[in-house]
Amino acid sequence: MLEKALEGNNRYWAWIFFLLGVITIGGLFYVHQFHYGLGSTGMSRDVSWGIYIAQFTFMVGVAAGGVMLALPLYIHDYKVFGKIAILGEFMAIAAVAMCLMFITVDLGQPMRIMNVLLHPTPHSMLFWDMIVLNGYLFLNVVCGWGILHSVYKEVPPPKWAKPLVILSVPWAFSIHTVTAFLYCGLPGRHFWLTAILAPRFLASAFAAGPALLIIIALIMKHMGCFDPGKEAIQKLTTIIIYAAITNLFFVGLEFFTAYYSNVPEHMATLNYLFWGVDGHNSLVYLMRFGMFIGIAGIIMLLFQKFRQSDGWLGFCLALIFASLWIDKGVGFVLAGFVPNPFDRITEYYPTLSEISIALGVWAAGALILTLLYKIALKVEFKED
Amino acid sequence: MYDKGKVLTGLAIFVIIVTFPIWYNASGSEHYPNPKILTKVKDCVMPLAYMRSSHMKLLVDWRDEVLRDGNRTKVTVDGVKYQRSLQDGCMYCHKSKTKFCDECHKYVGTEPYCWDCHFVPKETD
Amino acid sequence: MDVKRRKFLKIAGLSAVAGLAAPSAFNLLLNKGEALATEGRSGAKSEAHGEKSGETSRQYGMVIDLERLQRSPGLAEKCIHACNTEHNIPQYNNPKDEIKWIWLDDYRHSFPEHSQYKKNTALAKLPVVLLCNHCAHPPCVRACPTKATFKNSDGVVMMDYHRCIGCRFCMAACPYGARSFNWRRPREKDANGKYKFFPDGVNPEFPMRMRGVVEKCNFCAKRTLAGRLPACVEACGDSKALVFGDINDPKSEISQVLKAKYTIQRKPAAGTEPSVFYII
Repeated sequence: MLEKALEGNNRYWAWIFFLLGVITIGGLFYVHQFHYGLGSTGMSRDVSWGIYIAQFTFMVGVAAGGVMLALPLYIHDYKVFGKIAILGEFMAIAAVAMCLMFITVDLGQPMRIMNVLLHPTPHSMLFWDMIVLNGYLFLNVVCGWGILHSVYKEVPPPKWAKPLVILSVPWAFSIHTVTAFLYCGLPGRHFWLTAILAPRFLASAFAAGPALLIIIALIMKHMGCFDPGKEAIQKLTTIIIYAAITNLFFVGLEFFTAYYSNVPEHMATLNYLFWGVDGHNSLVYLMRFGMFIGIAGIIMLLFQKFRQSDGWLGFCLALIFASLWIDKGVGFVLAGFVPNPFDRITEYYPTLSEISIALGVWAAGALILTLLYKIALKVEFKED
Repeated sequence: MYDKGKVLTGLAIFVIIVTFPIWYNASGSEHYPNPKILTKVKDCVMPLAYMRSSHMKLLVDWRDEVLRDGNRTKVTVDGVKYQRSLQDGCMYCHKSKTKFCDECHKYVGTEPYCWDCHFVPKETD
Repeated sequence: MDVKRRKFLKIAGLSAVAGLAAPSAFNLLLNKGEALATEGRSGAKSEAHGEKSGETSRQYGMVIDLERLQRSPGLAEKCIHACNTEHNIPQYNNPKDEIKWIWLDDYRHSFPEHSQYKKNTALAKLPVVLLCNHCAHPPCVRACPTKATFKNSDGVVMMDYHRCIGCRFCMAACPYGARSFNWRRPREKDANGKYKFFPDGVNPEFPMRMRGVVEKCNFCAKRTLAGRLPACVEACGDSKALVFGDINDPKSEISQVLKAKYTIQRKPAAGTEPSVFYII
């Protein structure tokens, strides 16, 4: 089946080589980071996690988002998603692969990564995150590839596939829940210490993942590759709107608890993120912009005019996706370290090296996604 | 057989790459390791054969016992007490890193990171 | 019949495996959790190869008398310098790479949870010596995915630099900002072959660290095992500004001080039960 990825037109190869180029640049910067140490990033004693871990957290959401296709299809037998479920599974593979890469580039001693298995530590949430992420990767590779392979061989899907795809549904919830537990179980970080974090992560994931999926599907449709079908897109858009509104509601709850209670520790980080504190406001405009485009995207999608046009739909979903990325892929992780345990503010600016490495990982994810989608489309729809 | 030429060329390249270490070292000008034990003491903490094959395991075990369990009891051999420590134990007899450790490590191409953090005792022969 | 029998055997076998494996896995988890939860109340327990110590186990702690430190100017700096040279703490002179085990900050920032509302402004500026709290329930130990940081049988939160993978989860978990990361190689040398970041020379008795691992105060575990006091306490001489000892031993000097004086701890609301106490 793999050979299907090697057949494509010039546009396909240009895209592949562009991604390989970005990966190479990131790789070169990583070689430098590997030898010099993580000092080549903008991280410091005060802000000890940066865009790597922020991207990791966001990508876990994108991976979990695929379940919004699997759940209706496999649990409720909603056949409309039958055609595109494989795209959700393959997107989950690419996203989890990116998560693992982001974790790896963030480690100070990446050669020792197997210590997590050599010295298993059940009281560490990172240990469980390792288990659920790798398990999810395994489930999606096995199910996605297995089902596609049966289509390729023109035989019915293997019997073992059904229980595994059903298992992958709660498993998707588990990956983002455990990722939330990384943050919300830490006693000293008030911004993260909130019980609503896991549901909030899930809500934003169920908007961000499918949004990205539709955007990619629309692009593929307009390049003449494949049409996922109007009904599937519209149903998924409805799911996205509900998830995005739920996420917005949860964010609102955070604001209420912080500002109505008037507890300084609970307000501190929100103050920093949305208003700036003592002239420290590097994230303020970005966060406000993110909030604005998120709300704008949701409101626009409430009008049929924007929902029915592919162009507008893609635009609105891009707004929502960007908004969620700013919220979770930038603000959430970085601002958790502000103020620091001494009630001081240290701001973080990623370095060129750090950004290049992060782009390299994004490109690697895009490459995996491209190859997998190529294979899926060729096999399933006999299209380009 | 399809693509006979391509397959055979590929196989040839593969064989050359895999056997590279053999013919690269075949020139014969090989330097064999000859570690020097710069001490008059006869016995090590473990028999010679064990030390040759498994000194790294002993060091890791000592490390875990000393650092993690706080067990700093000394090892007695022939009435002499040795600290369970690379820097303050082993190097007490094996005084020279270059003539003892590096001799074999270089030969087998391994780079233990002991001395990235620990200090090599001043070398005196 | 054969088919049925095979099926039955399969199911029986599987359930036997599940029945045997699940409870033990579950117990392992439960015991871990319980051990963590009760750790402080029943004294320290070693996270190192899984052995547990009873109620009598030691918990080293420290009382820092800020008043006495105030009375002898330069004493705090002397303590800090003693630690820095003992443990080869690199001096990068920039906050981004900074590594510190014991350091000074003012009262306002050392105890940010204490209100400064209508209070004496001199108090806000009072210098406070800060170091790892060697908590009874250390969140860093809970977070570490490899047990590279663990509580030893003296109640000291230790670092195993050989095992640390540099994920910095412990730094996010520590409510006290007590942990530093080696963002770069501390052992770099300049053109003359001199260590770049150790202007005062190095202590060959204590290893340096490699890039990519987390480090912090270890309550001078090597010295205390040899019956000596921590370097900072020793540097204080007879001033009694820093008192070190086993807070689980009611007869120890530190327990006597804790009984006699009013002391405070940093961020008690975090539920970590710090072993470092302050006399204001």
